[in-house]
Amino acid sequence: MVSALSRSSLWLLSLLIAVVAYALAVDTGFAIHMFIVAVACIIGLVVTLRGVDLSKAILAPDQGRYDDDPIRWGVIATVFWGMAGFLAGLVIALQLALPVLNLGLEWTAFGRLRPLHTSAVIFAFGGNALIATSFYVVQRTCRARLAFPGLARFVFWGYQLFIVLAATGYLLGITQGKEYAEPEWYVDLWLTVVWVAYLAVFVGTIVKRTEPHIYVANWFYLSFIITVAMLHIVNNLNWPVSFTGSRSYPIFAGVQGALVQWWYGHNAVGFFLTAGFLAMMYYFVPKQAERPVFSYRLSIIHFWALIFLYIWAGPHHLHYTALPDWAQTLGMVFSIMLWMPSWGGMINGLMTLNGAWDKVRTDPIIRMMVMALAFYGMSTFEGPMMSIKSVNSLSHYTDWTIGHVHSGALGWNGMITFASVYYLVPRLWNRSRLYSLRMVNWHFWLATVGIVFYASSMWVAGITQGLMWREYGADGYLVNSFVETVAALKPMYFLRAFGGFLYLTGAVIMTINVWRTILGHLREEAPMADTAFDPEKDRPVVQPAPVHAAPVAA
Amino acid sequence: MSKPRLDDATGVETVGHEWDGIEELNNPLPRWWLWSFYACIVFAIGYSVVYPAIPLRNTATAGTFGWSSRGDLAKEMRAEAARTAGLMAELGNASIEQIATDPRLRRAAIDGGRAAFKVNCIQCHGNGAAGSVGYPNLNDDDWLWGGDAATIHRTVINGIRQPGNDATLMSQMPAFGRDGILTADQVQNVVSHVRVLAGEDKPNASAQQGAQLYADNCVVCHGAVGEGSRTVGAPRLNDAIWLYGGSRAALTQTITNARYGVMPSWGNRLDPVTVKMLATYVHSLGGGEEAPAPEPAPEAVAAAPADATE
Repeated sequence: MVSALSRSSLWLLSLLIAVVAYALAVDTGFAIHMFIVAVACIIGLVVTLRGVDLSKAILAPDQGRYDDDPIRWGVIATVFWGMAGFLAGLVIALQLALPVLNLGLEWTAFGRLRPLHTSAVIFAFGGNALIATSFYVVQRTCRARLAFPGLARFVFWGYQLFIVLAATGYLLGITQGKEYAEPEWYVDLWLTVVWVAYLAVFVGTIVKRTEPHIYVANWFYLSFIITVAMLHIVNNLNWPVSFTGSRSYPIFAGVQGALVQWWYGHNAVGFFLTAGFLAMMYYFVPKQAERPVFSYRLSIIHFWALIFLYIWAGPHHLHYTALPDWAQTLGMVFSIMLWMPSWGGMINGLMTLNGAWDKVRTDPIIRMMVMALAFYGMSTFEGPMMSIKSVNSLSHYTDWTIGHVHSGALGWNGMITFASVYYLVPRLWNRSRLYSLRMVNWHFWLATVGIVFYASSMWVAGITQGLMWREYGADGYLVNSFVETVAALKPMYFLRAFGGFLYLTGAVIMTINVWRTILGHLREEAPMADTAFDPEKDRPVVQPAPVHAAPVAA
Repeated sequence: MSKPRLDDATGVETVGHEWDGIEELNNPLPRWWLWSFYACIVFAIGYSVVYPAIPLRNTATAGTFGWSSRGDLAKEMRAEAARTAGLMAELGNASIEQIATDPRLRRAAIDGGRAAFKVNCIQCHGNGAAGSVGYPNLNDDDWLWGGDAATIHRTVINGIRQPGNDATLMSQMPAFGRDGILTADQVQNVVSHVRVLAGEDKPNASAQQGAQLYADNCVVCHGAVGEGSRTVGAPRLNDAIWLYGGSRAALTQTITNARYGVMPSWGNRLDPVTVKMLATYVHSLGGGEEAPAPEPAPEAVAAAPADATE
């Protein structure tokens, strides 16, 4: 009761601040954002006042079960934002092929929809998947319920508010102009608060674990959470023009600013899209395959090598720029050294299937995981290769980069997330199985063929573009104008959009499948193999007294 | 927390940990993986010795060969400049007419002009120089200010209606409707007449009224039968080529509010050889005219370096 009261007053105070900020706003975008915050506060207030019982459910839950509510919401949010992000991607792919689809409106122009797409897939789809799976995995592998259950709920809802503010901001034209860090200063501050809460929940759960050791997936999750916090804070060191306005300016200027931005940008790939998703891989692959992880030693070596080397590789985004040569050299050689540590994750994932390779034939979820690891391996080879300066001089600024990013994002991040969602949904909603495994198979093939269209068309487009840009005639003059290179790519842009369409179609099938599974429907179909699940075994260790660790035998 | 046990499927021992049913095998690092990792590290060290790599107090290690990306670029640019120096000097010394008559210089100028055109000109005149509304097509022989090589050269150097350049080509059509010189009805009659001149419409009553208005207001620049004037850049009206469109709506707009197309003067933006090459390229596109016979009329084209001389 007391907690409900104090929380209500917090909501009221936040509402008051939002309304005042709204009234004092110096630009429309900031006013709209403060309005959204005020609405969020009102929703929070109403839920708190109506839901005293709900808070009791959080405070006095069934200690014999894992705390899965935020994970269930997270899975739904993952699917929802995934659909939004893929759709935005298809729209902007079509805009590149058919510029008329910009509609001549500022809100629907490519420049505003593009960050909407990238943030929706990376931070909304990927971020929700990471938060949800990390809460799931950390509980199971620590055999303990989430620490700070109220805070865990705050993390989920606070993160959704961040997404809404970021996405609406892009459409309104509110941007820092930093790739993958477009949200403005107040949204950044909010995300910092949410992220610190996330760290507290995650570390708190590890601290109260009943297992003697910390599982490798949790190392990766923890490195992801800590590093993203550091990257986010440093790259967003901006000073607002007005505390009631949306505009701000970075404290780093010129090439320092560029280096900080790509230190951030590259490690967003490294720690958000690689380390975080490797954590998912390290739990869901052995669980779905029902096999031990291939090598404990490899997991240690490749983990430390990966997080040590990744953080230095950012300057390879700035080859042949004003960045000093020595920094470019270091960016390149650290990227090359990163190749094997990256592949360590692929090896550990794929070789975990030793003794269960037959499942690739029978289990479409395993098939997705294997394809995810294959694309992970391909893009972590392609990345170091593209960081080599002579390769980069051809590939940089071309669509090759777009193809590289998407073979990683669609192939690795997308596929491993889909597989994890398919693993989670029946278990979280206590269903005997998915609505349809055959639809998973359809999703697998649509996504795979979609990626092939996407990546191959962008390879061709990128190399065409790079070669046309550097084509000199006999007299030493450039042969092509920029617009000629654009015209040459048009067929590739259509093929890319077709690949994206297939990928989106697969995601629609997943959405239906997840939805029907949650409703408890079972599709009548010829059976495919799946991994058995026993809800009775899926429990934390309940101990009479808070003892630190159980005795270890041998 | 199970004990290490032998995994049946692979015959490898587990480490003895267990989390939520997940165990780990005690496989060693794959040798090919480890050696590849070592090889990458060795390469990285070697590369860092050869190329600038280690930041020092005020500079960085220079690497074995003293390579730098700026130095590399400067070297390539010097080599290219040395390679083309002779040709550039020849092009610099030759007049635009001399370039037009020397096949070797002409080909070189067209190549260079095409490259410069693709960087500087296609934004308005289009990639194929076909122009668009308000921007002339350069492939045809319908020239506003003259189409021989020297005149094109002069136009490129000084631009058209370029503010701040006294030598720019200058003329201004009155805004007949907006400034109240003609009533809206009169404008429509002039439109009718112009469309008859262009052969777009058959003569009619409106056009007949427009003919008188045309004679009073337009002839001085556009000529009695709409033949236009290159002295003031007044477009020819008795053909089907339109700069701003020949529909009634477009012509009404033109006569009511006038037009004031601007082209930048390139003489102060590009080096003289490039400008000469650009003019030669544009002259070569299809509509280039022979240099005219010497005229008595000395026009005010001050900045044109070489006037037509035969």
